[in-house]
Amino acid sequence: MDAIKVLTPGGYTTIQDRGRFGFQHMGIPVSGSLDSFSFALANLLVGNPENMAAMEITIIGPCLEIKKEMDIALTGAKMDITVNETRVEQWRSIRVKPGDIINIGQVQSGCRSYLAFNGGINIPEVMRSFSTYAQGRIGGFKGRPIQEGDILETHDTHLLKKQRVIAEKFIPHFPENIVVRTILGPQDDYFDDGIKLLFASKYMVTPKADRMGYRLSGEAISVKKGMPESIISEPSMPGSIQIPPDGQPIILFVEQTVGGYAKIATVISSDLSLVAQTTPGDTIKFESIDLNTAHKLIFEEQNKMSTIKNSF
Amino acid sequence: MTEKWKEEKPIFRNAGDKGFIIEFGQKIDPEINKNVKAMAVALNTDTPRGITEIIPTYRSLLLIYDPLITRPEKFIPFIKNIQNSLENSETEPCKVVQIPVCYGGEFGPDMENVEKSASLCQEDVIKMHSAPEYLIYMVGFTPGFPFLGGLNEKLFTPRLKTPRMAVPKGSVGIANNQTGMYPIESPGGWQIIGRTPLNLFDPHRKNPFLYKAGDKIKFVPISQKKFIKLKNMEAN
Repeated sequence: MDAIKVLTPGGYTTIQDRGRFGFQHMGIPVSGSLDSFSFALANLLVGNPENMAAMEITIIGPCLEIKKEMDIALTGAKMDITVNETRVEQWRSIRVKPGDIINIGQVQSGCRSYLAFNGGINIPEVMRSFSTYAQGRIGGFKGRPIQEGDILETHDTHLLKKQRVIAEKFIPHFPENIVVRTILGPQDDYFDDGIKLLFASKYMVTPKADRMGYRLSGEAISVKKGMPESIISEPSMPGSIQIPPDGQPIILFVEQTVGGYAKIATVISSDLSLVAQTTPGDTIKFESIDLNTAHKLIFEEQNKMSTIKNSF
Repeated sequence: MTEKWKEEKPIFRNAGDKGFIIEFGQKIDPEINKNVKAMAVALNTDTPRGITEIIPTYRSLLLIYDPLITRPEKFIPFIKNIQNSLENSETEPCKVVQIPVCYGGEFGPDMENVEKSASLCQEDVIKMHSAPEYLIYMVGFTPGFPFLGGLNEKLFTPRLKTPRMAVPKGSVGIANNQTGMYPIESPGGWQIIGRTPLNLFDPHRKNPFLYKAGDKIKFVPISQKKFIKLKNMEAN
């Protein structure tokens, strides 16, 4: 059943889920929500399982006309949201009715917000995922970001019996200057002084920052004497910090599969959302931690998610 | 962090908190790639719990794992066991996939560059490019993009100085010692010498891909007339 009419699409709004797994050996990038914690909470707030198709909104929000009675929720980056020009809150469910106009403004802190609808957006599954992979023109709504005039359906489901709210203590904050934890490697043996430099200096996010990767600028890092500038092309993980010949690091994200430069370190999974919530001009400072600590943090995030789930 | 495992062969490397690399060598070499393929086959046949993706490359395997279920200490002994039993094993024969290509003309805008660089006429370039069975070392960059080894040295041609913003789907190209195909329209700097009418990637097909890493590709030259005929068949 028609549920949402797109009046304006916003800066770059795509439909995502957790990602497209199992096809990276065929060159299909994982795609999916860049801030997976905020994405999952948006779904939980409207009574969905964590992995239903929802909107990822970048920097400027869309304007939507609602066609059926639903619960919606906006999480992630801080953006003003109004229903019929009345301000409503993020991080809680909002009941909307046919004819309501939802307007989401410009970002105030962070970069990407997540808008979930109860029942989830009804789109065909492509290769086991709803995620938009824009360059491959697959998934999401017709394989592309949403556009003015698009009409989206949602699955029919029950409305919430009572409003859901995320407790203040669980709401993440997205500062402009962040510290990001990494695990050294896979090609840390290509560097010597470069490793010290990476952890001693601050890097700025440049305007070349999207779902493929974030280009940074700062102290140039070079490979150690005698090492080749490139490696034999190999697949990369989201969070890989790749060092091209100009020495300016690139953090690779979710719409990338193969890279040809040495990767000095890899951002831990728990801190990827922090990076994804920075915008050009923000700064990143890197730290090194060990693998066990990174794994502990993943368990902690999982526990936090369970606590929130059980609170509803 | 590689320190801990540096002394051992193959080399193990962490790629973040969910990725693990098994590296068999540092060059593009069919012998090294044989190890990669054999390990991939063994891991795909009997996958340790918690390993979610097995991605073969030229000279290594990238494993993606779920740290809530497993971690490297748990699956490293398993990998070492496989490695020991692989030393003497024979790899299975390769599947050879035939790809029809219409060379030159509007489909091969850089054919002249390759002819000049090789000092050959178009006919010889086509003959030379379509003669080998190319090994697919790796698939990546875009969906179904095969990195092929075994190009005739005479055809080695450097990348375009300025990459194209959009290389048409199906384009067949050369970059230095590599040859490959663009399954979807994408930016690219390879010298384009022809085009295949086949849909190399179709997400809605039961099998979206025609080949995988470890298979071989044989290009078959076709006329423009045949290209149009096959293209129409693919569209239906």
